[in-house]
Amino acid sequence: MILFDLARRNIRLHWLRSLLAVVGIIIGVVAISSMGMLGNSLVLSISDSLTSVGDTIVVSPHVSSAQGSFGSSGGLRITERQVEEIRRAAGANTVIPLRTGADRITVGNEAKTAALYAMDPADVPVLLEKEGGIYLRYGSGVMVGKKLAEENDLKVGETIGIGTGDERARIVGILKERGIGFDINPDYALVVPDTWFASRYGERDYDQVIIKVRNLEDIDGVKAAVDDKLNRREQVVNVLDTRKVLSTIIDAFNQISTFTTAIGGISLVVAGISILNVMLMSVTERTKEIGIIRSLGAKRGEVMRIFLSEALILGLLGSAIGGALSLAGGYLAVNVMLQSTKYLFEASTLVYILYGVAFGIGVSLLSGIYPAWKAAMMNPIEALRFE
Amino acid sequence: MSPPVTDPYPIIRLEDVTKVYPMPAGDVLALDHLSLDVMAGEFIAIMGPSGSGKSTLLNLIGCLDVPTTGEIVISGRPVRSLSDDDLTTLRRDNIGFVFQTFNLIPLLSVLENVEFPLLLRGRPAGSRERCTEVLGAVGLTPDLFTHRPSELSGGQQQRVAIARALVNDPGILLCDEPTGNLDTRTGDTIMALLGALNRQGKTILLVTHDPRIAGFASRTIRIVDGSVA
Ligand SMILES: Nc1ncnc2c1ncn2[C@@H]1O[C@H](COP(=O)(O)OP(=O)(O)OP(=O)(O)O)[C@@H](O)[C@H]1O
Ligand SMILES: [Mg+2]
Repeated sequence: MILFDLARRNIRLHWLRSLLAVVGIIIGVVAISSMGMLGNSLVLSISDSLTSVGDTIVVSPHVSSAQGSFGSSGGLRITERQVEEIRRAAGANTVIPLRTGADRITVGNEAKTAALYAMDPADVPVLLEKEGGIYLRYGSGVMVGKKLAEENDLKVGETIGIGTGDERARIVGILKERGIGFDINPDYALVVPDTWFASRYGERDYDQVIIKVRNLEDIDGVKAAVDDKLNRREQVVNVLDTRKVLSTIIDAFNQISTFTTAIGGISLVVAGISILNVMLMSVTERTKEIGIIRSLGAKRGEVMRIFLSEALILGLLGSAIGGALSLAGGYLAVNVMLQSTKYLFEASTLVYILYGVAFGIGVSLLSGIYPAWKAAMMNPIEALRFE
Repeated sequence: MSPPVTDPYPIIRLEDVTKVYPMPAGDVLALDHLSLDVMAGEFIAIMGPSGSGKSTLLNLIGCLDVPTTGEIVISGRPVRSLSDDDLTTLRRDNIGFVFQTFNLIPLLSVLENVEFPLLLRGRPAGSRERCTEVLGAVGLTPDLFTHRPSELSGGQQQRVAIARALVNDPGILLCDEPTGNLDTRTGDTIMALLGALNRQGKTILLVTHDPRIAGFASRTIRIVDGSVA
């Protein structure tokens, strides 16, 4: 305890340089934890805005480089025969062929453009959730995406004009908001029955086929089967599952987050060097004192403890204050970068404060080891002769 | 305190001790084949010209370093084979140092300075009482206990240092010019104190340049060029 006390008093005696070392640790801890919190909030907000359904396989026409990579599918579509093959490959899983398009819609006197998704009304409940009204029936009703409905104040039972003529369609239901998906993005779109779509725009092949897998373990098998049936001779379709796309994107953001946290870590290393400097000064100045306590019977390990205590005190002080300020730092960083602090008070975000504090204490102790070792290894006689 | 020793035995024995300090400009031979027996309860004054090796001798006896060749036996324990920790423990339990420059720890109060060696032994029961006891024995009043060393006179500081050297009740006191920084009168009171401690049974080795101070001792050894003259 007296060893700890000696360390404490020495810090008080040299309060200015100790304060500077503590400030360094504070900055390091705040940098590392607010960067970590920012990164984690970013990842959380990204994964939240993506539809995180992992049970979907999307089959779309493959555009080879010869056909040019511009234009949605270069006029390529998936034929009825290919859909049948996909059905066979998918086994018991639901296969939903889709046609997509866009058309002018009129709401009141206002005209705008909206995307259209045409599918078998029986498939709608498998793929989409409704918020109001009823699901699509065979006939002429349409369902409206949540955002489109919100922005135009559309209600179930109202009608909207479609196209330039006087064709009107009744809104039977409103879809739940879905976020950015890798299959379809119906938030700003109309979902219409495929028969109605065909009668209006003509019979044609499909733009996309979605497979809903019942059992997540089957995803790879179904993917392989589709690939095997359709892409045997040449690549005709792209087959991707949302789970993989999702994890690729989240991986990328996690890497960005790790990188920014590492940049915060650099400032902590700088802080560690400043502690090292303070400690080395302290050891040199107190050479005589080291000689004295050695002459009184202090072992090397006990001398070491005095100086490690000093580093520990600086580290604890800096890390505790830094940890408290991190909350403010993280709040600021997240608010500026994401305009929302919704993801700040999540355990996985707040844990970065703990990381920051732990790193702060660790770096301080690490920086104390060499000076403490140097003090412990001093020859007592030479230390006593030091003036 | 322990009663005077009736049957003297060598509490310190140096057998053909050589100490070489390797220096960039060439080795320095500080002690040159020196042999010496010190009986328990002796009060020895060590004299000799500057640089003759007196402090080196005291430091080796105090286990602050080990001889280059030869052997030193302290209370029956040969030191050359001991590890650094064992040497430190031997020093802690058997030896008290008193230096010319007092060597008190400036950050600690008088009481804490005296208590320090006890804390290194894990603060045995009754530590505080033991500190007040030795501080009283060297003639310091309790109103000084909470002062820092820098607030005391030289004579008072040396008394604190002697109290600190006594607190673990070591058998041996090693004093390197303890009166060197004190005026004659203060020096004499310190010597009277050491004389009293010797009569209580402490073995004392004292380095001095002053023949008058050496007169307090029961035996005087002259060191010249690293060996007993
Ligand atoms: N730690 C050391 N490193 C190198 N040389 C040393 C060391 N300690 C002492 N010496 C040398 O050893 C010799 C003896 O030194 P020592 O201090 O023992 O002399 P001393 O008799 O105590 O002298 P003084 O009366 O001036 O105190 C000197 O030449 C000194 O320079
Ligand atoms: Mg000397």
